[in-house]
Amino acid sequence: MSALEKAFTSTPGRAIAKKAGLKDPPRLRRGRTWPQGALVLASIGGGTLAAQTLRLLGRSSEHPVTDGGEEPTPGYGAPIGALVVDATHLARIEQLEELRAVLRPAVKGIEKSGRIVLVANRDAETWEARAVLRGLDGINRTIAKELRGGATSTLLHVSTATTADDLASTLAFTLQGRSAFVDGQTWSVGHHQAPATATTPSPLDGKAIIVTGAARGIGAAIARTLARDGATVIAVDIPAAGEALAAVTNEVGGIAIQLDITGADAGSHLAALVAQRGLSLYGVVHNAGITRDKMLVNTDSARWQSVLDVNLAAQMRINQVLLDPTTEGGLEDGGRLVGIASTSGLAGNKGQTNYAASKAGVAGLVIAMAPDLSDRDITVNAVAPGFIETEMTGRIPFVQREIFRRSNSLNQGGKPVDVAETIAYLLDPASSAVTGQVIRVCGQNLVGA
Amino acid sequence: MTHNAVVIGGNRIPFTKSGGPYAHASNHDMLTAALDGLIARFGLSGMRMGEVAAGAVLKDPADFNLTREAVLSTTLAPDTPACDLQQACGTGLEATIYIANKIALGQIDVGISGGTDTTSDAPITLSDPMRRVLLEASAARSLGQRVKPFTKVRPRHLSPKAPSVAEPRTGMSMGQHQAKTSEAWAIERSEQDALAVASHHNLAQAWNDGFFDDLVTPYLGVTTDTIMRADTSVEKLAKLPAVFGGPNGTMTAGNSTALSDGAATVLLASEEWARDHHLPVLARIVDAEVSAVDHPGGADLLLGPVAATGRLLARQGLTVSDFDLVEIHEAFASTVLATLKAWADDDYCRSLGLDSALGTIDRDRLNVTGSSLATGHPFAATGARIVPTLAKLLHARGPGTRGLISMCAAGGQGVVAVLEAV
Repeated sequence: MSALEKAFTSTPGRAIAKKAGLKDPPRLRRGRTWPQGALVLASIGGGTLAAQTLRLLGRSSEHPVTDGGEEPTPGYGAPIGALVVDATHLARIEQLEELRAVLRPAVKGIEKSGRIVLVANRDAETWEARAVLRGLDGINRTIAKELRGGATSTLLHVSTATTADDLASTLAFTLQGRSAFVDGQTWSVGHHQAPATATTPSPLDGKAIIVTGAARGIGAAIARTLARDGATVIAVDIPAAGEALAAVTNEVGGIAIQLDITGADAGSHLAALVAQRGLSLYGVVHNAGITRDKMLVNTDSARWQSVLDVNLAAQMRINQVLLDPTTEGGLEDGGRLVGIASTSGLAGNKGQTNYAASKAGVAGLVIAMAPDLSDRDITVNAVAPGFIETEMTGRIPFVQREIFRRSNSLNQGGKPVDVAETIAYLLDPASSAVTGQVIRVCGQNLVGA
Repeated sequence: MTHNAVVIGGNRIPFTKSGGPYAHASNHDMLTAALDGLIARFGLSGMRMGEVAAGAVLKDPADFNLTREAVLSTTLAPDTPACDLQQACGTGLEATIYIANKIALGQIDVGISGGTDTTSDAPITLSDPMRRVLLEASAARSLGQRVKPFTKVRPRHLSPKAPSVAEPRTGMSMGQHQAKTSEAWAIERSEQDALAVASHHNLAQAWNDGFFDDLVTPYLGVTTDTIMRADTSVEKLAKLPAVFGGPNGTMTAGNSTALSDGAATVLLASEEWARDHHLPVLARIVDAEVSAVDHPGGADLLLGPVAATGRLLARQGLTVSDFDLVEIHEAFASTVLATLKAWADDDYCRSLGLDSALGTIDRDRLNVTGSSLATGHPFAATGARIVPTLAKLLHARGPGTRGLISMCAAGGQGVVAVLEAV
């Protein structure tokens, strides 16, 4: 810790920072915890999908307070935990006024780490409906920026075919503490013929999942979170990281394999291990990644190649082996693939052309793969972490790091577990209707689309 | 034997020169680290092993229950029993035989053998007079009585006693013993240097090939064996002065093992247990034998294993040429060369009570991924390094291929084992 950082984190330093407007960031609610206050459900236009989903999840809901222009503006007696708005039948501009009337008291009366969740139908047909659908996106992003105390806002797109079974895991994730660092985001839930019903505390029981780059940082958090949810973790890292890999593996009761994922036979090594151990491979989390940062004018071929190979090409080679139905130990039908993109890839980041190429590439890859694997019920998704507090980001100089970590709507860096929770949600058997999505775990970072 | 005792795999930490990166690691720390890597590789966390047997040659008195305490530092089930076992440099192999025998007899289904040694953290004890003074003082009942023994302390008593590697009965170090053997068997300097170079080159090649990716787990930031010199050559080694056998001696620091730190472990089970648990079955422990020679009576100290090899082969109806791979522990390059000469020497073999010479082997079957000269030799760990290495090599060559391990040990002893790929 530098002298400047020590001074900043000391008691007088914090007092001065507070006076200067740098408040202590809110403590976020995490884990499989529901909001404390009442769960308020509103439907604009009479859609019932959200109501059915909450019933499926066993959550009772209350009617919303609406702002009809009274003085003073009506409000909730006690802070509410969350507002879920079923906007699946919201198709006209004038209906947005109904939304405003529901949102105003709710945003004012929401508890710390509360949740606003909007559910909208992506299959809007008329020009107006499509305009309104995009309007909801603007509303979601803006509310997310206005909410305080760690409360977040999420817009979920559904299709006309989406059922409560399809939506349950996603709605539970967005309302629970697991989505602590997912803010201002929009993603889509489709329909699956036979989604696993209701979410359980250990949805991954007995499922074997490969996690690459598992020795430290986000990868170690993924291993821990998946193990918490019941998975048998096959933890992968380069041989040089073996000591930390063994520690994480033994902590989660998994199986370690020291392997360079860029090796030509990495995929067959992994499949052979799965087959040898008599397991059925349910999921792969392609977490391993490297950075070789330089401004483009200083980026040579070696820096370019190594980053693209580790972060993107290697997982494609491994997928090719594991997705081959003739591979013993390959991915089972109904399995899950999760990649790690990055806000650097989605928004661009100075000094990271190679990294941005690889990470945006991951986003492109999952979107491309998802439809092609739907007939095997395999979902393919990615998460895009923003500023996450890890050993890697800990090496960024203090002032720059403090700016980075506060440059989002939650005024703090995320934790590795926040990324891991999002991945665990995507791996949940009940999330079978979620595929081809890229979910940012960035606290609504100020940069990026 | 009622069950096949098989090698599932192994794990060790990289070996280093003593006083190096593990200077502050204890035997407990290193054995625990080697076990941790084994547990992770085979997913043993939370499981109860039938028994864990390991040892150290240089052992701190505080480590009276070294292996059991190391087990408790791991994530193995805490109801896993353990014992310490020690047979000088043969410890790791003898511990493997002990576990394999229990498995063969059906007393346990699965067990771990191992060894660890550090000459960096070797126990240093008080001189005998100083120890007597302290014991007397602690038994005293009055202040006067308590002070009185200290008047007997002389400056020379204050210097601590470091453990010695000299043979207690001859007062000679192992190197000095081997120097006599080198001379008696006419082992040339150039042959010794060539064998040392081959050891380094073979080990370096194996590392380059990723051979050790599933046999070694890094420790304290060390990722490969640090004694290894990939770029060494006969020319370089020829420049080194003799360290044993006087000015005309042939044994140098280059063709003798370095004092080393490290730990190694082997996972063994009955074949049924291994298959039930979907674990790899590399090779079975076919048989083993120990022997000793009368080195105070003048026998070659480090040729102890020759008799064991002869008796074992006779029992199994095998000859040395039946082995696809042979591992002879490289205490010194000269030890390996003298052993090979002894195997081929009819008179010597008969003098050991064997029927005839054991024969000769193709040198390209010997120590193919390097041995102790290049890897280092943390005494008790070496046997547990060799067993999984050989088992993996045999398995790759196909079922039925055989391997022989020959290890010399202090006290004129030898430990020998036969493995066969499954």
